[in-house]
Formats: sequence, structure tokens, C-alpha cells
Amino acid sequence: MSTDRTEWPLWEVFVRSKSGLDHKHCGSLHASDAAMAIQMARDVYTRRQEGASVWVVRSDQIVASDPDTKDMFFEPAEDKVYRHPTFYKLPADVDHM
Amino acid sequence: MDKRIYYVLRIADACLIHGQRLGEWCGHAPIVEEDIALTNVALDHIGQARALLTLAGELEGRGRDEDALAFLRQEREYRNPTMLELPNGDFARTVLRVFLWASFMKVLCKALATSTNAQLSAIAAKSLKEVRYHQQHSGDWVVRLGDGTEESARRMSDALALLWPYAAEWFADDDIDRDAQASGLGPAWSTLESDWMAELQPVFEAAKLSPLADTPFRTTGKRGVHSEHMGYLLAEMQTLPRAFPGAVW
Repeated sequence: MSTDRTEWPLWEVFVRSKSGLDHKHCGSLHASDAAMAIQMARDVYTRRQEGASVWVVRSDQIVASDPDTKDMFFEPAEDKVYRHPTFYKLPADVDHM
Repeated sequence: MDKRIYYVLRIADACLIHGQRLGEWCGHAPIVEEDIALTNVALDHIGQARALLTLAGELEGRGRDEDALAFLRQEREYRNPTMLELPNGDFARTVLRVFLWASFMKVLCKALATSTNAQLSAIAAKSLKEVRYHQQHSGDWVVRLGDGTEESARRMSDALALLWPYAAEWFADDDIDRDAQASGLGPAWSTLESDWMAELQPVFEAAKLSPLADTPFRTTGKRGVHSEHMGYLLAEMQTLPRAFPGAVW
């Protein structure tokens, strides 16, 4: 955690829309604690009816992949077309695949 | 003029004038997130004012719409309680006023659910959701500042000392309240005082604030006799519609 007391910590905001199934990242904001972050997220990111639910996460709690490892991490998947489940027939009852 | 119109105008003008004051924070709040939050509250107030002014115009029956009532009246015709026209002061005073008024609106809107005027009860039901959030957001700040640093606590306590005597006007009934109570239009505001105090209590306790003793000081904005700040506020608010009658975006 930063020891800099001149600025409030940064929070990442995730909003689930009315029809949406998952929370989508929509931006970030500064707030002194979780309660304030939720209120600010409501005011900054849901004022045009975007949301039915809001999550906030301290930005410094997110562990991200290293951009420099992109070659190693992601490119090997590019030619593995057989990993896509396109060779199967989905039963009609299965939603949201 | 019909007493019912004044009853509606008191609420409408309180929302309009407080909304105008909060709008002054746009671009000036301490952080950008709060800048947006305060202007959201201001816009809620303007929306409430629009609906209530439209209703007042219909009750009056002289063809005045929301714009005519918002922008083309003289100072004496505005019926907002005086507290809402006072300058914003610092951030502490601003959020405390939002909290005091939102707490009042919350108990008023609940009581208006049974109004004999269906339009008024519908406006109140919609506004109730808005003011519950105003109360939560501003109450949160009252606690943070009241129970914060030495300076923030001093500013919050100064804000309370300044604003508190102006709340007494809200609960000083007159003929307009009694008429509304009798006809079922809405509650006499004095009947809301104990519920209002109960709304304040948990936040005041957490913020280390206490209600102050009553004083003989009674403001008279509800009767159209305003403070010296009102004329300047109206001049700024009315200048565009008066300079360009009928102007639209």
C-alpha cells in the first residue's frame, strides 16, 4: 500500500447493466475508502442508467499480467483452433455459452 | 391566491433554489468525483422543482408553466424557506445543508404518499428515492468531517451553528400548513419535526454533533420575505430567460 497521504487510493469500477450477466470494467476513481468508492462509482459511472450493480476493487489489489510476456503468454494459443468448441452441437437448453 | 398553491410552491421553490445553489459547485468541488455527485443532487432538485412548479401552475390555472414560475417571478413571490438560499459557504456547510434538507424531504415525501392530490403524491414517491440517496451521501460526509480532523470538525460545528437556527422556520406552521393538513393535501410541516430529528440522530451521533437549543430567531422565506442573498441568486438565475425570452437549447 502506498504511504503517500496526499492522494486518496485508486479504485477500479465494475458495473453490471440491467440486461447484463457480468460486471464489466468501466473505469476508475479516487476514494478514501470502500464506502465512499461505492457512492462515487454510483455518481460517476451510473448516472445515465448504466447499472443495476456496482463492484469496486482497490487498484493495487489487482494482479496483472506483464505486458512484456505477451509473446509467451498469449501468442501460442493463436494456432490452436481445435480448442474452440465449434466442433460440437450445443443442446438447445444450454444458454450463455 | 389559493393556499394550496403556496403549499406546493414552498416545496418547489426550496428544491429550485437549493438546486441553483448546489449548481454553483460545478467545477469547484474538492475532487472531480464529488463534483459530479453534487451536480447530480442539484439536477435531482431541479427535476423535482420542474414537476412541482408545473403542478403549482396547473392549480393556479392562469397558464403559467414551470419556466414562467421558475424564471419570471419577483423575489417576494418565491416561497422557499430562507436556509436554502443562503450562500454555500465551505464544503462542510454545503453538505450539512444537503443533509438537513434531504432528511426533511424524506419525511415530507413519505407523508405526501397519502396526499389527496394524486399528482403531488406521485411526485413525492419519485422524489423519495432521490432524497434517500442525497441523505446517505451527504450524511456520510457529515460523519467524515464531524468525526475527522480538528479542522474538519471545527468547520462542521461552525456550519451547524450557522444553519441550525434557520431550520426552525420549517416547523413554524401558519394558515397554509393548517389548510393543507385539513384538506389532506399534505402534512402541516410542524408534524414532521420529531421524525426529522429521528433522521438526524444517528448521523449526528456518529459525527459528534448535537442539535442546538431553540432560539427566538425565525426566518420568513416561506412567506416570501427573504434574506439579502436572494436577490443576487435570482439575478443570476433569471438573467438568461429575461434577456432572451423563450430561449431554448
